[in-house]
Amino acid sequence: MIFDHKTIKKFSMIGSRATFGLVVYDLISEIDDLIVLTADVSTSAGLDRFRKNYPNNYIDCGIAEQNMMNIAAGIASENFNVITTTFAPFQTMRCLEQIKVNLGYMKNKVTMVGLASGLVLGPLGFTHCCIEDLSVIKSIPNINVISPCDTLETAKSVIASLKTNNSTYIRLTGGSNSQIVYKEDYNFEIGKPNEIIQGDDICILANGPMVANCMNAAELLKEKNIYPSLYNIHTLKPLDENEIINIILNSKIIFTVEEHSINGGLFSSISEILCKNGIFKKIIPLSIPHNYITSGSYNYMIKKLKLDPQSIAERILNETK
Amino acid sequence: MEVSEFQMSKHESSNLEEFIERIKINILELALSAKENSSHFGGSLSTVEMIACIFNNFIKKNENNNTTDRHRFILSKGHGCLAYYAALCDLGYFNKKELTTFEGDGSFLLGHPVINRNKGIEFSTGSLGMGLGLGIGQAISLKLKNINKQVFVLIGDGECNEGSIWEAAMLAPNYDLNNLTVLIDHNKFQQTGSNEQIMNLGNLKDKWTSFNWNVIEIDGHNIDEINLSLKKSFPNQKPKLILANTTKGNGFSFSENNNDWHHRVLTSKNYDDAMKELLK
Repeated sequence: MIFDHKTIKKFSMIGSRATFGLVVYDLISEIDDLIVLTADVSTSAGLDRFRKNYPNNYIDCGIAEQNMMNIAAGIASENFNVITTTFAPFQTMRCLEQIKVNLGYMKNKVTMVGLASGLVLGPLGFTHCCIEDLSVIKSIPNINVISPCDTLETAKSVIASLKTNNSTYIRLTGGSNSQIVYKEDYNFEIGKPNEIIQGDDICILANGPMVANCMNAAELLKEKNIYPSLYNIHTLKPLDENEIINIILNSKIIFTVEEHSINGGLFSSISEILCKNGIFKKIIPLSIPHNYITSGSYNYMIKKLKLDPQSIAERILNETK
Repeated sequence: MEVSEFQMSKHESSNLEEFIERIKINILELALSAKENSSHFGGSLSTVEMIACIFNNFIKKNENNNTTDRHRFILSKGHGCLAYYAALCDLGYFNKKELTTFEGDGSFLLGHPVINRNKGIEFSTGSLGMGLGLGIGQAISLKLKNINKQVFVLIGDGECNEGSIWEAAMLAPNYDLNNLTVLIDHNKFQQTGSNEQIMNLGNLKDKWTSFNWNVIEIDGHNIDEINLSLKKSFPNQKPKLILANTTKGNGFSFSENNNDWHHRVLTSKNYDDAMKELLK
């Protein structure tokens, strides 16, 4: 798949879910042992065309996620390249033990795609919002955990996950007309953070849609003559400790920014690395508090949680004054 | 069930009976080896004849379990692994010395099976309700690859408390998996009491029939009935459900229908008594 400007723009317009569907549709021509399982979400996952044109490669398990993961593992054990997908809470917590036993314990390789994670389904409430997925999947051995920052990275995560031997959880966030972080193709490697902005000794580590918000915050901070560096920590697991240490070594203060619970996400992972290596630097977590806040539109919730660019910039300004 | 359609020769029948006896001896060895760790004795003994017939008919001795051209057997009720290990050992997947490492430090034979294709262990099971979905996945895969082999999944009646069993029961007939056979070890007991006391299952035959399975009800200790049910084919494309009425702890007077033997230490005295009963 060629990621030219036109494609990247199209991806951002249609959003991460439809991008995922497009990429899977494209991949079937080169990966003929690709099998996609869903739990009655073909249209939500942008897979309707795939379902119609490749009925042998598409299995709808109905609204039964535990069974979906068992079947996925059974098919994976027969050497097919398997993708499962449904909305993030149901792709992770509803079938967590099936994920543990089948993917973690037995190491059957499945790529799981959690749809509409984070707060994008705010109006539907916290049965559908998902602020715990990275944490719970991270706790299971032998599974990669990726939180792509934009739609191009969503596409690249799916391709990379299908090519690796490990199971992977890919967390899709955001809606249509999402902000582009990468205007052109770039090198994506599972586990390898990417520098977005080269700055001074204020270091921002972000993942998912917060990378874009931090880019916007950095723009606002220029007016105050503050030039933070920004890194996209797209992979939460595996996380290269040495890479992280190199990134933060010359920083005087670190901000972690994530659209995820403060427990078990990016802040936790970075804190663990620093503690373990005896590096004592201040880390300011910009996360979702360990609670279910009043729901509403995405923008309403993000502002309330002070994860919008303006609030991020203000926080950085206050903490570094 | 009518058994006249299929009858083993005397020679075949006596070979199978000897195989069953050796499985029971191995079960006693395993249970004794587990020492104070206990083992799931009762729910293993109820499956012996079914496992013997499946292995005797379909799982070839020392077949390379990494090749795709083979039948699959999944012990979904993983705690019933004594009969499974006993059969695999007898077929030469591992030796008697390895068998008696059961539940020991670093052993590959734990109280619930751990995937080990070279030793004949298809999947890690024991968390109930998962094996049927795995079997469906394999049955779908075999169809996609046009491999004419079958998948056998042995589940427990207590296991039918799990919701995922019914998710799978609903799905399989929608995918025309006539290469899938599920056997229910219906011994009427589960961990802490009878099915009736803990979770009344109602009429399992009616339930699976209403889910569009081809259902056969048999005596799960009658080798002719088991063999016939395993070999019987149906004109439709639906999967097969063998509802096997069994006795928990079958074969030994002290354990038959005695749910204390769900998970219990087998003492040397129990072992001696059992051997006497078996070999008399």
